[in-house]
Parts: sequence; structure tokens; C-alpha cells
Amino acid sequence: MPLVKHGKLVTDAFVTVADDETLPDAPALVSAERLLKEADALFARNQPVGVIWPNSKDVLDLAPFVDRLAVVALVFPKFRDGRAYTQARLLRERLGYKGELRAIGNVLRDQFLLMVRCGFDALDVAKEADAQAVEKELKTYSVFYQPTGDGRPTPLRARLAAARSV
Amino acid sequence: MYVYDEFDRTFLQERVDEFRDQVRRRLSGELNEEEFKPLRLMNGVYLQLHAYMLRIAIPYGTLSADQMRALAHVARRYDRNYGHFTTRQNIQFNWIKLEELPDAMADLARAGLHGLQTSGNCIRNTTTDPWAAATPEEIEDPRLYAEIIRQWSTLHPEFTYLPRKFKIAITAAKHDRAAIRVHDIGLRLHQRDGETGFEVIVGGGLGRTPFVGKTIREFLPRHHLLSYLEAVLRTYNAGGRRDNIYKARIKIQVHEIGTEEFTRRVEEEWAQIKDGALTLDDAAIDAIRAHFKEPDFEALTDEPEVLVAAKADSAFARWFGNSVAPHKVPGHAIVTISLKPVGGPPGDATAEQMDAIADLADRFAYGEIRVAHEQNLTLPHVRQKDLPELWRALDKLGLATPNVGLISDIIACPGLDYCSLANARSIPLAQDLTKRFADHERAADIGRVHLNISGCINACGHHHVGHIGILGVEKKDEEFYQITLGGKANHKARLGELIGPAVPESEVVDVVERILDAYVELRQSPSETFIAAVQRLGIEPFKERAYAAR
Ligand code: HEM
Ligand code: SF4
Repeated sequence: MPLVKHGKLVTDAFVTVADDETLPDAPALVSAERLLKEADALFARNQPVGVIWPNSKDVLDLAPFVDRLAVVALVFPKFRDGRAYTQARLLRERLGYKGELRAIGNVLRDQFLLMVRCGFDALDVAKEADAQAVEKELKTYSVFYQPTGDGRPTPLRARLAAARSV
Repeated sequence: MYVYDEFDRTFLQERVDEFRDQVRRRLSGELNEEEFKPLRLMNGVYLQLHAYMLRIAIPYGTLSADQMRALAHVARRYDRNYGHFTTRQNIQFNWIKLEELPDAMADLARAGLHGLQTSGNCIRNTTTDPWAAATPEEIEDPRLYAEIIRQWSTLHPEFTYLPRKFKIAITAAKHDRAAIRVHDIGLRLHQRDGETGFEVIVGGGLGRTPFVGKTIREFLPRHHLLSYLEAVLRTYNAGGRRDNIYKARIKIQVHEIGTEEFTRRVEEEWAQIKDGALTLDDAAIDAIRAHFKEPDFEALTDEPEVLVAAKADSAFARWFGNSVAPHKVPGHAIVTISLKPVGGPPGDATAEQMDAIADLADRFAYGEIRVAHEQNLTLPHVRQKDLPELWRALDKLGLATPNVGLISDIIACPGLDYCSLANARSIPLAQDLTKRFADHERAADIGRVHLNISGCINACGHHHVGHIGILGVEKKDEEFYQITLGGKANHKARLGELIGPAVPESEVVDVVERILDAYVELRQSPSETFIAAVQRLGIEPFKERAYAAR
């Protein structure tokens, strides 16, 4: 599926590796279980490591690895299942994760902006046509009512700032 | 009234543009119905039994006269000339064409109205006391905080795909007119040691599994309102059930893990974010306050001569007695406009009535209107000297039925006439009941009774918290109804008790009448209300009488 990163179509350098497969000599995306079990071996390799973290698992368990992970992929099994939004914010804002944060699963255009607002910078888009629309979708709104880790000012704060500068 | 500024207007325009594009994609076949569904729902567009239904948010139930005119316009131009005010302090239009929806939305947006937060698994439109900023009982205008919550919750990126819909209600008066204990979160503003804060109540709700909410914090300083809400929502989003939609509400999570454990999780999360970007300082609260323009109240005195004289007219006196409430400013009053005419569907208003109410609001009531969860309208600020003239004008419009708070002031969901989930009809039943109790003398003798009807277990008509609750249960050849007694939605909220087997439609009105006759006989004095009598006597004596004739 097309991967869009920072609003641009990119090729995915990561290979998704099943738990019983041997690791290829390439950037690898592994399961949460494999990461927790084989962390030392995984990070000892000379290749970037990413993890697919299910939305039912406490994302704070990633704390010991946030500095070493190149990709965290959070899952939207259905677009209606929004647990990964909370996970994304915790990962970025609580754990200070700086690597790629990828949305995978049923990732549809009408959710892009919400995902980016929660800290995702890479979208593994479910439909080709939606991938073409990323740039447009991210511009749907220019005003945002609530603060999130993306740092955009809210009307309330912007008004206050404007009032202070006069 | 809260006055929208450039930010809000830009946002609304962007919302309309987005929806227009989504409808275009649906009409061109780019989106199928399944894909379109969540997108339309996010704009309050349902697919009902007969047509698309548009539900429009009325944040905290406050409307300006111009906004009311915009609703009248939509009723006239895009619908069948009427709208339906709901228990969520919203309005619904039942007959709008999909192709015309974007235009209707654009017309609404020009008046600062939209369908956001009226549907979908997001934080819904926050509701509050329809008497806010008018009643002498309250410590502060709760709409201020409702507006702060509106801004925080509007398209919240983290909480737009929750396990289920999420409803917040808030009150600042001791007397709860916002039913806060039967909401996902209820907030009660109060003061402690000179500081203003909130009692936080979580996990109330009706529907299939009704619960009265539990207090998880006695006092939350107001500056922490948003961070605490975010902590609750986060706890729910991460841990609420998603395997079964009937178990996905926060009330089930609270029930299953226990109030103590739920509170612990919230407090733990809150500790991490409480001093972050969501902290409200006084400047932020005052900035919102500044957007609420208080009316320029005239300096008047109570009980002006015209009013005293008018009370000699018994028809006026009757209406005054149940539709008019005291106001915080001398010489003013709060007026409830009954949308429950004898024989009419509860909560409906025609385009002409909406326009006329807007004009009356401009003439007599500083241009402000409220929607109450009882499906009535309120003029929160009326000059007492204008009451007789206002009454005459309302009477001409069929809007002066003197039944507010009485047996024919019925709450009813749309039921089988509109709703695809219904088991039974609600509206015709409500109409029959209002006809049976059309005699105002008799209704006044029976006194204060809340009768609530839902067409199915989803409880949109709040039957669980009706003094008398009626629930449609089957969809056989005949419709059946269960009857509960003793429910209350106020500060002493409790759920009604089932009195026995369901009765067929043809008998419901008689059963209700027998219950009320029993009350009139059994009450200690006319000042003992129906609900007080039910609580004193239990349901047994009513039950006996209800089924006696069968
Ligand atoms: C017309 C189509 C409607 C549909 C399909 C619908 C759907 C539902 C459903 C599924 C529930 C159960 C939620 C739960 O699990 O607690 C519910 C409850 C509710 N709905 Fe509706 N509804 C409709 C109309 C209305 C109307 C007209 C009103 C207001 C008059 C309303 C306001 C409410 C309220 C206040 C509840 C109470 C339960 C609660 O949230 O605690 N809905 N609705
Ligand atoms: S209570 Fe049932 S019948 Fe009535 S509106 Fe709600 S879902 Fe429909």
C-alpha cells in the first residue's frame, strides 16, 4: 500500500518480518512480541528496527526502546477503532519518541489530518486514490480548537497572544 | 450569547467545504454508502426510515433570534416546513435531500450553526441548564465552561473515534435541569473555600443498561477542567470495550473495572498532564467570558402594574403559574414556551412558529432563545412588563399551552414514525395522552409529573428517568409498552421501577390514568407531588390499580 511520509509519497524501505522468519539484511518491522523477546539481538544488527504495536497493548511499554526504534507502526484495524490516536500522543508527548510514527491498517483520507495532529508522520494509506489526496486533506482545516503535541495554536491562545501584543 | 469570531467562522466554512466534497464523492460513486456513513454521521446526517435526517447542534441549547430564523429557513426551504427539537437540546430535520444537504449546511453556517458533534462516536454537543445566566440559583454561567468544552472537543483528533458516543452535561445550579447524573460525564459547578470548581460524575447513562453516574472527584479546581476531561477520555479511549457496541459506553467500563480502579487510572493519567497545555488560566477563562455578551438589562422592578393587572385573567394566570420562573435581574422573568400542544407531536415547531418566536425574542427577550431537554423552548430574559403581551402573541401561535411540568408536557422520542431502530410508536401515544389530559384544571390538580416515552430500549425519550416512563418493547402486530414509575433526572437522579407486564397500545392511556387516579386518592395532601407519593408508598399500590381493570 502506498506510504506517504511528511505529505509525500515514498518507497517503504522496511520489510515486515514474521515472527518465525529470519531477519533479512534490511530495515525490518517486527511484531511487539519479537521486539520484547529479542530486543538485544535486534538492536545489535546494523539495520534500523521498527515495531508493529497493536492497539490493545500499553504503548508505555515501549519506553525502554524509544531512542533506538526507527519506526513504530500503530494499527487501525478498522478506521472506527481509534485507540491508536491515544497511543500516538502518548508515544510522542509522554515518551518523547522522535522516530517515524506510522499509521497502518484501514487508513483512509478523512482521518489523515486527525492522525497527523496526534503525531503520525507516516501514513500507510489503504487506497491509492486517497494517497493522491494527502496534501489536500491535510489542508482541510486551518484552525484547530485544541492543543496537541503538534504545537498548533488554538483560537483561545491565539486570541490571548493577539490581545497581549497590542 | 457567545459571539463567534473569525476563527470560528473560518472553521465552519472549512467544515462546509469538506462536507460538500464528501457529498460530491458519494453522489459520484467514489464513496459507497458504508464509507460515506461515518463521514455523514460526523456532520449529523442520519439515514432514517424515510429519508436523510439532519441533526443540528445547538451548543448548550443557546440560540440567537437570527439563528432561529436560519432554522426556520431550513425547515421551509429544504424540509417539510417543520423541525423537531430533541432531548439533546438539538433540532432535527427529517426530510432533507442528500443533494441539498451541502447548501443547507452552508446556509446554517452563515448563522454559525452546523451538525458537528451531533452524531458519531465523538464527544457530543455539551448540554446545560436552559436557565443558565438567568436563574438566581446559579453561582456562575455554566455556558462559559460548556463553550470551553465545545472548543476543546470540536474535532478533537484523539477523541473522534471513541468506542461510542460520549455526552457531557454541566450545571451551575443546585437544581439540576441538565440531567447531569445520566450522562457519560456530568459536571456540577460549586464553590469550596472561595474557589470555583467541579464535582465530576462519570458513567451515567440510559439506554439498554441504565446507570446513575458516580462521583469520581468531589472538587476539581476549574483551571484543570480540560486536562481532567482529557484524562477521563483517554482512560476510556484506551480501555473502553470495543467488542460489543452495547457494552462500549464508559458506564460499562466504570461498572466492570469498578469506580475505584477507574478513578485511579484517571488520576494517574491526569497527574501526567495536569499542568500542561490544557491548563486554563484566568486570562483564558476571561477571554471566553468576554465572548458571552450579557444582555443590556433594563433597570426595572418586580411585579409591574401591567403584570399584576393581567393576573386577574385566569387564563393568563394559569400560564404564568407554570411557564414563568424567577430571574436574577429585578423586573425580569424566565419563560418556558411549551412545544406540547394538545394533540401535537412533542417538540415540533413549524417554520412560521420559529420565525415568530425569533421576532418575539427580539421584541421582548433581548434576542435570546434556549432549547430545553424537555423539548420545550425557553426565553431566558423577558421583561415582566411584557409578559401579558408575550402571552397573547404566543397564544395566537398555539404556543401558550399552560402545561409546562404537567402531565401533558411529555418527552417523546421520534419512535416508529421516523426511527429505524424503533419497536413501537411514541408520537401517537404522546398525542393520545395529551388529549386524555387536555383539561387543564385536572392536569393542574394532578400537578407536576414527568412522563417520558421511548420507542425502544435506546432510551432517547429518557423513559428510565420519567416519573412515569413508557417504553415500546415489541414489534408484533400490536405494539406493547412497559411502564416504570419513580424515575428522576434531577440532582437526586434515580431510575424508575418496572410495574409489571407490558400493556398493548390500546390500554396505555387508561393505565396511566388509573395510576394518576390512584395518586390523587392516596396522596397525603395536594402538595404531595406524584413522585413524592411514589417514593413514600412504593410502586405496589400503583401497580395494583394499574392492572386492576384487566
Ligand atoms: C432518529 C434516530 C435516532 C437514532 C438512530 C438514535 C440512536 C440511539 C441509540 C442507539 C441510543 C442508545 C445509546 C446507548 O447505548 O446508550 C440512543 C440514545 C439516546 N439518544 Fe438517540 N437516536 C435517535 C434519535 C434521537 C432523538 C430524536 C433524540 C432526542 C429526542 C435522541 C437523543 C438520545 C438520548 C438523550 C439518548 C439517551 C441515552 C443516553 O445517551 O444515555 N436520539 N439513541
Ligand atoms: S429510543 Fe429507540 S425508537 Fe426512540 S429515537 Fe431512540 S432509537 Fe429511535
